[in-house]
Amino acid sequence: MYLSEQTRQKIMELRDRYPARLAAVLPVLHLVYDEFGYLGTDQLDEAADALGISRLDMNETASFYTLFPKHKVGKYLIQVCDNISCALRGADNLVSYLESKLGIKVGGTTPDGLFTLWTVECLGSCGTAPMMQVNDKYYERLTREKVDKLLEAWRNSK
Amino acid sequence: MTNKILFKYIDHPDQDKIATYIENGGYLALRKALKEFKPEELVELIKKSGLRGRGGAGFPTGLKWSFLPKNMNKPIYLIINADESEPGTFKDRQLMEYNPHQLLEGTIIAAYAIKCHLVFIYIRGEFAYCAQQISRAIQEASSHGFVGKNILGSGFDLDIHIYRGGGAYICGEETSLMESIEGRRALSRQKPPFPAIEGLWACPTIINNVETISNIPHIINNGAEWFASIGMAKSVGTKIYCLSGHVKRPGNYELPMGVSLRELIYEYGGGIIDDYALKAVIPGGSSVPILRADEIDVKMDFESLAEKGSMLGSAGVIVMHDGTCMVAALQKLVKFYEHESCGKCSPCREGTNWMNKILKRMLAGEGRPEDVDLLYDVASNIIGNTVCPLGDAAAMPVMSFIRKFRDEFDNICGGGKPYGTISFPFR
Repeated sequence: MYLSEQTRQKIMELRDRYPARLAAVLPVLHLVYDEFGYLGTDQLDEAADALGISRLDMNETASFYTLFPKHKVGKYLIQVCDNISCALRGADNLVSYLESKLGIKVGGTTPDGLFTLWTVECLGSCGTAPMMQVNDKYYERLTREKVDKLLEAWRNSK
Repeated sequence: MTNKILFKYIDHPDQDKIATYIENGGYLALRKALKEFKPEELVELIKKSGLRGRGGAGFPTGLKWSFLPKNMNKPIYLIINADESEPGTFKDRQLMEYNPHQLLEGTIIAAYAIKCHLVFIYIRGEFAYCAQQISRAIQEASSHGFVGKNILGSGFDLDIHIYRGGGAYICGEETSLMESIEGRRALSRQKPPFPAIEGLWACPTIINNVETISNIPHIINNGAEWFASIGMAKSVGTKIYCLSGHVKRPGNYELPMGVSLRELIYEYGGGIIDDYALKAVIPGGSSVPILRADEIDVKMDFESLAEKGSMLGSAGVIVMHDGTCMVAALQKLVKFYEHESCGKCSPCREGTNWMNKILKRMLAGEGRPEDVDLLYDVASNIIGNTVCPLGDAAAMPVMSFIRKFRDEFDNICGGGKPYGTISFPFR
């Protein structure tokens, strides 16, 4: 048993919420992600059983969506947009700056499990570039000073 | 000329709360619509207003609504497309964050007009705060009797579901969006049948953008003639222009349709940063053909930009100064489309991958002189050969970048140093 009773209950409630049951798949993926911070195969299988759909259907849809990590990531998942508008405002060097501050490369996780660093595509924050999304929150108009302060606060919150 | 409609209360901190929204005239349009209009009359009113879709295609909203089959015994669905993900576009996010009730009021009126009783607001997954804002707004509206059973005693029932996406650009495309709601991988569907005939669960479905629907209450309050009198002859109303890149004051600017691109960049955007000169502008989100600095005396509306060989698209205006390497800038765009291609059609799936490979090889100094034509050739074999517009969206920037900045591509493939960079300072 991986899913909490609470998540399982919420999934059951979604069974008949929509005109067709499969429509609950994406909302269920969000529930699993909210509980674990990633979508593991075991959790997805349990979620499929709770929703009453085939495990294949659940995994097939889940594997399409890049919003959800498919394996465990750091406590703080740092996602930097490096698409055009952010790049024009220094995103590539923001990424290098984070790499050197965290001592990891893009795709990596710090040994203490605190930070994972990813680059992602446009997050709809082009007017406030450069930016990063950390877990569910946006941090915009970033400067070195702002990044330093944020990292320090997260390190101290361990 | 600069009267704001959608952003009128942008400086009011509590505009997202229902009390403030009502104080500022909110939900009067809903009362009026339910009391004074039959659904068919609302469709006619929106047709007359000239409102066109703000998601990118600019299709007339009232006309789209009128395509719904009459007297059908299937439910009709309305989907609000809030899957904003076109690079350079960030207007729907601000509309939802600052004024969720404006969108909601427009949604309820639109649903009444098309006789729909179940709405899905499809919000891109990353916009967690937007989802919170809309969710709270729905609760507030329900407690005021604006959503739910027998709205304001009219006998009209409406339920609204918030549906959060999973980080896929393709879901902004309406048929993929419907696949996504139906719980499958979001691969686009062949059209026809169009969604108005056969959409969500094969039922008649209307899909409208956030900005489009946010305009509805204002049209009800002020009339179709008022709306049609703003802007240009065929592109009416205001438009939210998203200004980003190398301008001094990036951000969203709501202006009448047809503002000049030069004015937008130099007056509203404050000009180019760090005393550089302008090199190029993408005027309508990353998918549309690029304009050179000498082409910015153009009005920002659907027709004027089409005449210049580009498009208004989502009005995401991406500004680049003359320190920018166009090959590197294009690679940023192409890697996006490679990542976001759903994989259904081979020209798009394989083509975007090859275009990115060629561009990366050019940037690594390993480009061959014939690679420029090869790149153009791959793009021209994607365009028009895919089920959904993502293929065209990937090909158009490639073809226009090469057409307008060919010397930069030839230079880099001939072993020359790039004319600029994409690696800008982070301070």
